[in-house]
Amino acid sequence: MKYFKSITVIALLIMLSAFTANTKSFDEKGYDIGDVATDFKLENIDGDMVSLADYKNAKGFIVVFTCNTCPYAVRYEDRIIALDKKYASKGYPVIAIMPNNTSKKPGDNMNAMKARAASKGFTFPYLIDAEQTIYPQYGATKTPHVYVLEKTKKGNVVQYIGAIDDNYKDAALVNTKYVEMAVDALLNGTKVEETKTRAIGCSIKAKK
Amino acid sequence: MKYMILVCLLTFGSCKNEVKSGSDSSETAVVEAVNIASVELEIYDFNGLEKFLNQEDDKVHVVNFWATWCAPCVKELPHFEELNKNYKLKNVEVLLVSLDFPKQYDKKLKPFILEHNLQSKVLVLDDVAMNTWVPKVNKDWDGAIPVTIIYNKDKRQFYNQSFTYEELEIEVGKFLN
Repeated sequence: MKYFKSITVIALLIMLSAFTANTKSFDEKGYDIGDVATDFKLENIDGDMVSLADYKNAKGFIVVFTCNTCPYAVRYEDRIIALDKKYASKGYPVIAIMPNNTSKKPGDNMNAMKARAASKGFTFPYLIDAEQTIYPQYGATKTPHVYVLEKTKKGNVVQYIGAIDDNYKDAALVNTKYVEMAVDALLNGTKVEETKTRAIGCSIKAKK
Repeated sequence: MKYMILVCLLTFGSCKNEVKSGSDSSETAVVEAVNIASVELEIYDFNGLEKFLNQEDDKVHVVNFWATWCAPCVKELPHFEELNKNYKLKNVEVLLVSLDFPKQYDKKLKPFILEHNLQSKVLVLDDVAMNTWVPKVNKDWDGAIPVTIIYNKDKRQFYNQSFTYEELEIEVGKFLN
């Protein structure tokens, strides 16, 4: 009987691992425009677990994969705060997710995240993808990496993927605010013109 | 010759540190400043850089995009240096394209080049119009570094990955036959 049990357990484990392996390769490329993005339940800097479903009144989300240790992410911190201040009240709050493996990047661990959020005065949740299961589904590869989601009946639909704007160096010299243009379009019920942009960023550190 | 001077300065600098440890640190700082000033960076926007990505000579070109702030880049850099050392007489040219921020040139990049005594050619790309030039490097690149291009006048391959020395040698081998 005991043997039988352990065999069952082993069989289950094998099945499970096969399943996760499949899911992984399937999601490797991440979302494209029009895909429904997964919800999550991730720990915030205040200890609470946060899900997109918690935001009953949101019209959508500005999901930003970001971290403490990437110089590009740091340069965009003030602009991420500004996005939240401008759009949370309009129904598009910022949800920041820290995707790095913290044994590889101790500067991104929960304590460091708390300290950074406090010193910068983050107005939005700063969540940790501790199991590193969410960012691969989105297809985030670097920080900062933004996904604008529109809440619809079928779920949170990806409407924009990419950079915050077109000048990482100097917010004053920005010509095109990609994320703002996307959210404005969604708020106005018009088409998002530029749905995907590219920018240099720090690759997300996986466990391996 | 330029490198000789660098090496001399470096050696000089480090000797000084050892001999005079604990003594007047401003003197050490002066020596370091001289070292850093001796590193001349070649800085380009993407238009300027493009010719280095499309050279039509008989060499195999290995172009690595990196930055001092990028940990996986720094980790694999010695492999590119090793490749340069072992293959530069075999028609392979290694080019290290730094994406460091202009404000970090003197603080981070130049000290890094000195400290690691980089022998491969280093260029600096300073161009904020990333959404324009990133896809020109490769249509599948979303901007995470490190990435590497290996090309000759007949073919070209884009690598969105980190390299070990062995992997690098295998890939370069495919271009050498």
